[in-house]
Formats: sequence, C-alpha cells, structure tokens
Amino acid sequence: MKTDSKRCSRQASWLVFAGVFLSPSYALAGEGPFFVTYTHQMEEPGNLEITTKNVTGKPTGGERFLGSALEFEYGLKAWWTTEVYLDGQTTAHDSTVFTGYRWENRFRVLPREHWINPVLYIEFEDINGADKSLLEVVDNDGEADLTGLNSENRIEKKREIEAKLILGSYFKGWTFAENFIAEKNVRHAPFEFGYAVGISRPLALAARPDRCNFCPENFQAGVELYGGLGTHENFGLFDTSHYVAPTLGWTLANGPRFTVSPTFGITETSARFLLRFAVSYELDQFGRSARRLFRNNGVGQ
Amino acid sequence: MRRLYAVIRAASFLLLATAAWARIGTLVQQAPPKSTAVSDPFEGQQQAQLAGAKLFARECAACHGLDARGKGKVPPLNQADAREAKPGALFWVLRNGSLKRGMPSFAHLPEPQRWQIIAYLKTLKRR
Repeated sequence: MKTDSKRCSRQASWLVFAGVFLSPSYALAGEGPFFVTYTHQMEEPGNLEITTKNVTGKPTGGERFLGSALEFEYGLKAWWTTEVYLDGQTTAHDSTVFTGYRWENRFRVLPREHWINPVLYIEFEDINGADKSLLEVVDNDGEADLTGLNSENRIEKKREIEAKLILGSYFKGWTFAENFIAEKNVRHAPFEFGYAVGISRPLALAARPDRCNFCPENFQAGVELYGGLGTHENFGLFDTSHYVAPTLGWTLANGPRFTVSPTFGITETSARFLLRFAVSYELDQFGRSARRLFRNNGVGQ
Repeated sequence: MRRLYAVIRAASFLLLATAAWARIGTLVQQAPPKSTAVSDPFEGQQQAQLAGAKLFARECAACHGLDARGKGKVPPLNQADAREAKPGALFWVLRNGSLKRGMPSFAHLPEPQRWQIIAYLKTLKRR
C-alpha cells in the first residue's frame, strides 16, 4: 500500500514538472534588472519564478570564482512573496561546494500604490564562509572574503537573520528602489548594516503590437549602487566596500529573461570587478496547476 | 420592550451588513471619482489595441483566461463590469490591484502599456 502511494506521489511529481515546463503559459519575469536591490514589486499569487543568479570575478590574491544562487520565488498572496535560494560556488584550482540555503519572505505593507511603497523583508540564511553569491553587502564585507581555500572557509557557519526595509516608486516609466539592510548572526556578532539603491527604465514605454524578441520595451536598463555600512558599534563608511553596477535586462517574447551587470568596486576594500549574470523564467499559476494535478491523481487526500 | 430591542438589533445588523457590502462592491466601483475622469490616450487606436492584446496575453491571461472569461474565483473581463467601466477606473484598478482579493498591482508596467491593455479590454465587447 505504501509502495503504491509512493509510486503515485512520484508520478504526480513528474506530472507537475512536465505540466509546468511544457505549458506555454508564462509571465514576464523579474523585478526589474537588479541583482541586489529589491523593488516593491511582488510575485503574482500562484506564480513561480526560477532564477539562477551568478557572479564571477578574480579577487586580488585569490583565484577566479563563480558564485551561484538558484532562486525559487513564489507568490503566496498578493501581499506575500516567499523565496528559497540554494547557494554554491566553484573556485579555480580549488573545488566546487554547496554553501547553504536562504529562505526569505517579503510583505507588502500598504494595500494601495503610493508615491513611495514600503515592503518588509525577513530572511533566514544558513550558509558557510565559502559562500560567494554576494546577494547583499553588509558590514565590512569585501574582497578579502572572496579569497582563501574552500576547505577552510566552509568551516565558518553563518546562521543569520536579515531584515530589509524596501522602498520603491514608479514615476513616468522609471523605477526607483532603496533598500536598508540589517543582519545579525543568531549566535554572536553585532548587528551589521548595508544599503542598496537602484534606478531602471525600459527602453520604450509603449509596447509594439507585434510579438518580437528585439522590441525596445523588452529591454530594461538601469544602475545599482550598494555597499556596507559597518555595525551598530562601528557604523559608517570606514573600511567598507561599495559597488556601482550598470545593468541590462532582456526578456524574450516567449518568457525567459537574461540580465547582465558589470560591477565595479569603488573603494579599496571592494573587489575591483565582478560580472553578474542571471537567467530567469516565470511559470504562470504554478500553484493552481500543481493543485489540479494532485487533485486529479487523488494524491494527498 | 424586548421585541423592540430585537428589532433594533436586527435592523442595525442589516444596516451594517449593507454598508459593508456597498463599501466592498466590485473593484472598479472602488475607484475614486477623481481617477475615473482620466481618459485613455490610446482609445480607439488599433495599434494600441493589438499591443494591448499582446500584453493581456502576457500579464492577465493566466488568471483571467486568454478569452477573458475568468477562471474559478477570478472574475471575467468581457462582462458589463469591465466593458462599461470608465477607462480611468480600470487604470486605477491596474495601478493599485487589491491585495485582499488577490489581484496584484500592475504599477510596474509603464503607464502607456497599462492604457494599451485597457484599449484592448474595450474591444472585448465586440468579440
């Protein structure tokens, strides 16, 4: 009986994946062309966005690396978006390691759209010191954190709670976003702070009537600025790293979105140059499709 | 005397329930009068309607259906509510959404694209 149930669950799982990936339904992915900065745009309820965010660079005194985060973003409610990240990295002449996971939740505070819109963000992350996904910069994070051997770095455990205040606005086609970040290791260490701001705009505001890959409205250009702000004991810009990153997003007519961002460190603590790139795809009404498949198969009753 | 209190209680309950219902209404009815005065700059333009159809398929069809007939609890958009609504009211709904009802805000779409969707919605009555 148990075997039948397991087989049934396995079949249903395959059906879910086949159903969603073969489905022609998709939506425009993403919250603008940003890598670090969040806007107040929430995931549509029931939609699942899968993104791989990557960053590569060669820190001074270290080896070239590729940090990667696989992101699953799901719209639970119109006001609540939840995401899971799986992080890993590979370092030249060293190794490839899984570095941990993150679970984040974003809550929209105001029911209507205003000139500035707050969103509360709370995240728990369980990563190790070898993590190089650079999804945010806080405290005195810098180039030195990107060097060293994976076998040594991964010994350091980072179980952290992170909170963000996300502020976002749309004005005449422009997107403005400001994030204030506070992070705390659950066991020790002080509160660490950081910031991220971004501005972006599509290359055309009105859509063209034909279905096209190279329509100007499919491209979004912008720039991000982010960095650390020290700790509550040592708040400020001293010995912190800061980055400026032009960014370009391109959405194909059938849904996938590509984003690239050359990132330049502007302080001595920062890595000189990083290249970020991402691919994302949004599955429309994943939740509804999954529920329907399970209901039809009689699984989970 | 007891009967009088019971009648007053029942009447108050009915009054409150009616007030609550009237306040909720449809999403379009919630649009403030100021917003309904705005007109669609693309009204009647065929190119905008075609662009709107493309945007509708990408942004709205997953919930409302490609034929705009609605799905499950999601309301249809080819009915009188949307058809007879003022473009400004529809624009207000697209901008704000309704977190309570699960309708997300589409403020991230540039204004011209939202108007293009509305120009397309207005053609649905002829289909």
